[in-house]
Amino acid sequence: MSSWPRSSERLPAGLLEDRLEELLEACLSSRRTAAALVPGLAALARPQQDFVLHWVGIVARSSAELAYQFAAAAPRALALLGERGAEAWLVEAMDVFDRESMYAASAALKDLSRFARAWDAQAHAARFEDSARVLELFLCGLAGRRLRVDAGEEPWTDTETVYLPREVTLFAARSRNFLVYKAMAALAWAQARFDTFSADLAAAVSGSADPARARAWAAFLEAVRLGAKLERILPGLARDLRALQRPALDATIRSAVAPLARPDAAIGETLAVLRALDLSRPPPAWPYVVRLHPGRVQEVRAARIERERNALRTVLAGLRDELRRERPAEAEGERAGRFEARLSDPTEGAERSVELFLDGAVVAPPVDAASLIQSILQDLGELPPEYLEPAGAGAYVSHAGPGPAGDDEAVQAEAGAAVYDEWDYARRHYRRAWCVLRSRDVHPGDAAFVWRALERYRPQIARLKRTFEALRGEDRLHRREPHGDGIDLDAAVAGLADVAAGRELPARLFVRRHRTERSIAVMFLVDMSGSTKGWINDAEREALVLLCEALDVLGDRYAIYGFSGMTRKRCELYRVKRFDEPYGAAVKGRIAGIAPQDYTRMGVAIRHITRMLLAEEARTRLLVTLSDGKPDDFGDGYRGEYGIEDTRQALFEARRAGIHPFCITIDEQARDYLPHMYGAANYVLVNDVRRLPFQVASVYRRLTG
Amino acid sequence: MDTRAHEADQYLVKSEPYYEPVADEARLFEAAYASRVPVLLKGPTGCGKTRFMEFMAWRLGRPLVTVSCHDDLTASDLVGRYLIVGAETVWVDGPLAAAVRLGAICYLDEIVEARKDTTVVIHPLADDRRILPVEKTGEVLRAPPEFLLALSYNPGYQSVLKELKQSTRQRFVALEFGYPAAALEQRIVARETGVDAATAERLVRVAGMTRNLKGNGLDEGASTRLLVHAGKLIALGVPPRAACAAAIVQPLTDEPETLAALHELVASVF
Repeated sequence: MSSWPRSSERLPAGLLEDRLEELLEACLSSRRTAAALVPGLAALARPQQDFVLHWVGIVARSSAELAYQFAAAAPRALALLGERGAEAWLVEAMDVFDRESMYAASAALKDLSRFARAWDAQAHAARFEDSARVLELFLCGLAGRRLRVDAGEEPWTDTETVYLPREVTLFAARSRNFLVYKAMAALAWAQARFDTFSADLAAAVSGSADPARARAWAAFLEAVRLGAKLERILPGLARDLRALQRPALDATIRSAVAPLARPDAAIGETLAVLRALDLSRPPPAWPYVVRLHPGRVQEVRAARIERERNALRTVLAGLRDELRRERPAEAEGERAGRFEARLSDPTEGAERSVELFLDGAVVAPPVDAASLIQSILQDLGELPPEYLEPAGAGAYVSHAGPGPAGDDEAVQAEAGAAVYDEWDYARRHYRRAWCVLRSRDVHPGDAAFVWRALERYRPQIARLKRTFEALRGEDRLHRREPHGDGIDLDAAVAGLADVAAGRELPARLFVRRHRTERSIAVMFLVDMSGSTKGWINDAEREALVLLCEALDVLGDRYAIYGFSGMTRKRCELYRVKRFDEPYGAAVKGRIAGIAPQDYTRMGVAIRHITRMLLAEEARTRLLVTLSDGKPDDFGDGYRGEYGIEDTRQALFEARRAGIHPFCITIDEQARDYLPHMYGAANYVLVNDVRRLPFQVASVYRRLTG
Repeated sequence: MDTRAHEADQYLVKSEPYYEPVADEARLFEAAYASRVPVLLKGPTGCGKTRFMEFMAWRLGRPLVTVSCHDDLTASDLVGRYLIVGAETVWVDGPLAAAVRLGAICYLDEIVEARKDTTVVIHPLADDRRILPVEKTGEVLRAPPEFLLALSYNPGYQSVLKELKQSTRQRFVALEFGYPAAALEQRIVARETGVDAATAERLVRVAGMTRNLKGNGLDEGASTRLLVHAGKLIALGVPPRAACAAAIVQPLTDEPETLAALHELVASVF
């Protein structure tokens, strides 16, 4: 092979061909040669040639076929999109390949002009995924309850979820495109707030010759009516809406919609205007009009009304029982347990206040009851008496979730499984929803193992306990303080001696009690891969026993989980001890039951554990990993650099969230990669497996002391 | 005794503080005072608890000793300690002991923030013994009839560490404070800041929206106090959006997405 040209010189055709042949070997044949790719690539500048070869190498690891197609299309893609755009185009195709098939990925690559248009729009598009969280909070602020925000084909709402398009590219400025999102979201909220769905819209449009057209007009008219309503309560927003009302209305339409701007205009007016209108033309295409799907709204609304009625009755039953317990003397017999509600008059833009009475005496409604009542009022405009009948004694209506609508977790890929992204270092992007992780319990093992370990290490445990006791958050007396609870007599005597000697009295004469409170939550993540079998597994288990004994003295909150799995679709996390579980027989059994399993896909485990740790309230959060080697998994190339980089990225995410990761390992080669993953000072190498049990406890002491 | 009269004078609330009664809290407070039962004010931050205490102290004509509790506040910070002056030790009363001697109203603001050992000195004062044992001097102070202990506490904190123990809370008459109803809050904002009624109304609307976000991005909604701050800026000519950003949005959170949503909400109203 001839020498590689300097980094500024263009690669000659021969070299390009050699290199491509090497990379694409798997898919080349007599009809399809690397030489065919060369003319296009040889004309590129050197950085672009390097770019293509770099990515061909990466893609070829997944699919040589896809890499070939990329190399063939790359010159045009680079000309159209530049390097950043071409990279996005390729990564999108690779995502399609991961998700779907070679065929679909190849189609995605070929559709370069579509991508180019989209990429161009992207530069100033407001995207759903970037805006969703802000819009959800915005809506929560407006509505006083959680409205879910989700991506959909067109903007509409079923009164619980607001569906918004994936991106808005109408304007050349991203801020204006975001404004369209905001306008849609506000209008969707206003539809629910100002009773768009209280009329039978479905019936109103079904009589028309073209129901779809009539529905589109109704949506437009509602945009006009609700815009006028918002004018009064949200003038700033209404100003934004006016700026988006393009095209301007012609005179006929303007006069037709005039009644909708009246302060008391209700949905009835909209329907009246709709009937009078000439529907032969499509409605003006204002960018933020929120479509109407009355049928789906009805379903959701009926389900919610039913759910909230049951939930309210359950809450009231609980309240009544509680009040009876508090005032037992007045209880049975004379008290019927009847609730009544008095509502304030409705005023524009404000919640109606509710007073709740039980048998004529005013009671303070619990927070959940108050929010349920507000939600029911929004749906029905009143609070029918049967809603205030407490559910029967103890008869909790099981299908009624007491939480407000929309609180349910987003549905996971499958029940009990969590889905995580994974970092692909070569792509420098996450692979979306790549790993599936399930949690399991460790099957309890032979408790005798724990007893034997306790017996064997008895003197060491006693010593550990003593050293850990010293860490406990006890009062420490700080001497010679400028202020404090008491006099530091030694300092005072010395000070008086100073005074007698003609010197000045020192200022630091007090003692102060200082209580060092430990607010620590620590997670131990134990490698349960097949390679730990034998010595290492025994040492890990003994280490945990010693650690638990010592931590029991200290009182820090800690949890222990093991991880293993095989392939990205079967990652597993094994529970040994939860944070809130005491160190007792069950935990001891599970420690004994820790057994070698399969592989170590570490990134996903760390991501899951990070999430659990963040749920714990503590000033310091610590993640200690016990492992015997590099991250590794079966089949899909997790082994080696990919796994190390993904783990590193997962640890980086954890650190960014305020968690301190630390690793204890017995891999002698770890010095090569651990500093890269954990940072220079955040790991410990244990050379002798037999030392592991003491090492873990002493490392912990050092970390938290 | 002269010095003590002088001391009491320092703590007196001289002119009537502006306070808008929300319900019958003033009457309840007076009744508790007359019955010598200590008072617990519950409510979120910035809703007028401290102002209410000043108002009541003025109305009852008693000196008001206020202690803002923090997590380093110990029992001896409240009761007192020996200081060294020259070659002698001199006892100096803490604010609680001073209040007992003066027959003042002692208001411990945000009591859950203080260290747990402070309950030891509060408990004997808060039941019918009404005594303050001063361990270091061996003295037992008996509270005169005019003395009143009042605590404030924010039940909104979700931390288990910041809960008031039953043994403490069950010694008190509790008055619950919430944010005032919209119309009243408008009046308060207008009166405290000098903005016109329409601006006050919009400020209160913004506050309502931030309170809707409690638990969804915010730990606590905007308090009346924040509205007053924003109103003051507006009254001095700061444009409303900028005033709200500086006085309401930024103090509430550092989280970028919540900040963005709050800015959008403000922009919707102003």
